[in-house]
Amino acid sequence: MVESLLNIENLRKSFGGVLATDNLSLSVEPGKIHAVIGPNGAGKTTMISQVSGALRPDSGRISFNGEDITRSSPPNRSLRGIARTFQITSIFNEFTALENVALAAQAHDGHSFRFWQPAKKEARLTQPAKEALELVGLENRAQVLACNLSHGENRQLEIAMALVTQPKLLLLDEPMAGMGADESKKMVEILNGLKGEHTILLIEHDMDAVFALADQITVLVYGSAIASGLPEDIRLNPEVRAAYLGDEE
Amino acid sequence: MKVSRETIVCLLIFLLLAMVPAIAALTDVPFYLDLARRMMILAIGALSLNLIMGYGGMISFGHAVFIGIGAYTVGICAEHEIVSGYIQWPLALIISAMFAVVFGAISLRTRGVYFIMITLALAQMMYFLGVSLDRYGGDDGLPLAEPSNFSGLIDLSEKTSLYYLVYGLLIFCLWISQRIVNSRFGMVVKGARSNEERMQAIGFPTFRYKLTAFVIAGAMAGLAGALLANHTDFVNPDMMHWTRSGDLIIMVLLGGMGSLSGPIVGALVFILLEEALSGITEYWQLIFGPFLILVVLFARGGLLGFLEKEQEINKFPERDNG
Repeated sequence: MVESLLNIENLRKSFGGVLATDNLSLSVEPGKIHAVIGPNGAGKTTMISQVSGALRPDSGRISFNGEDITRSSPPNRSLRGIARTFQITSIFNEFTALENVALAAQAHDGHSFRFWQPAKKEARLTQPAKEALELVGLENRAQVLACNLSHGENRQLEIAMALVTQPKLLLLDEPMAGMGADESKKMVEILNGLKGEHTILLIEHDMDAVFALADQITVLVYGSAIASGLPEDIRLNPEVRAAYLGDEE
Repeated sequence: MKVSRETIVCLLIFLLLAMVPAIAALTDVPFYLDLARRMMILAIGALSLNLIMGYGGMISFGHAVFIGIGAYTVGICAEHEIVSGYIQWPLALIISAMFAVVFGAISLRTRGVYFIMITLALAQMMYFLGVSLDRYGGDDGLPLAEPSNFSGLIDLSEKTSLYYLVYGLLIFCLWISQRIVNSRFGMVVKGARSNEERMQAIGFPTFRYKLTAFVIAGAMAGLAGALLANHTDFVNPDMMHWTRSGDLIIMVLLGGMGSLSGPIVGALVFILLEEALSGITEYWQLIFGPFLILVVLFARGGLLGFLEKEQEINKFPERDNG
């Protein structure tokens, strides 16, 4: 069996009386796109937040690359190679697209106690940033302020900010959320281009996109995984159809 | 290269300030010199506040405390007959920086209103400490027996020399701010203001950077304090009172939060208005208050932002985090 890159074991997280993550176990193999689907409120974002470190699980264990990261801080996990995007676009509105990505590159280029040289002129930061923007098709929008980008472009920018850090694992929280059909198609193309080179844990509601991209699918209902397997198995799984896919047909 | 209006305004102000000693001598009104010098010292304080408030989103309501600590360092040294400026001033910087480390480490664990309240509380604590320091004048303050002695370099009892020293240091602080704000460090501070959660997610442990910014600002305010002690030949707890911190915030808001030279414009307008209005009525704040409200309502980037409508000064919605 292939050594998995990310291993989640018996994860549990509750908010008040609500069990958002209920004894969840999941593993992501390197180089694969692992999609997590489930109805609203199934605890998908809560899971991502625990993997990225924004939330602490009540119990359970998360290991990455063979090391226990359950207790490490978000910046620490980012430096280990876990990059995340947010369901609700989270970028630096006051910065240009290029500055957004360059700042992400800077985070992974040693400490930032450098007070004198203008960061904008550092090719060490702007060069990889430009390449990442090219990867997501934003190279012509580099100098536009992030708050003036379209919603779809912002989603692409988020991916670029994650990619520039050369992450071992990408956590994508609904990258297609709120996108039109054309924009979604473009995003599927972008993600397809990353396939093989990057390991991705993908949360997505767009089923066409999920089945087009995923190597492995886990179905989450009320915080626990009710099924996990290859896309074709998931599509045929009666329990999944009842809980989730069924109401689409 | 396109010269921005901010640069032009800034150059004009410095040109004018350079001529103040000559104007004061010609018109035989030494008061102008005094007024402009105080304005520049407060401008250094406002510049330092702008570093954390304008660029870092850390609204400190106790920033004047560092001016007071700088001033008291000079005053207490002088009281113990340590008059060398070469000792007094570095000490003022170091001690205000050390207090900033402690105060920052406490207050930066909170955000928003709580940050404002904690900085206010810490500063008031120091204010009352000053009041209770009977050995150093307590409530009445401490007269400076003689100005800081920079033997062989500059004679600060000569008020015009002090003026040009303040002038030079203001330019120096502006230059330093400009370098810091655009450096890698500055990008982190600005990023943390814009979206701290995101900063953490891309790998920045933001706390240590914010704390460093807080300490730099504290030290710069400490320098303003050392200057202020020499300017007034006197230190008293009033320098640390929360209303002084409020004045600094007003200067930053007035000139343009998050624009480099905004605080200088703010300090200039603040001092001039205070002077002009208090000549008209004792209750000058009655006029000043509405003016401030108008500026904040209609020129969100302050007076400088108003000038630069088409440029990118702070026209984005503020995020209200500390």
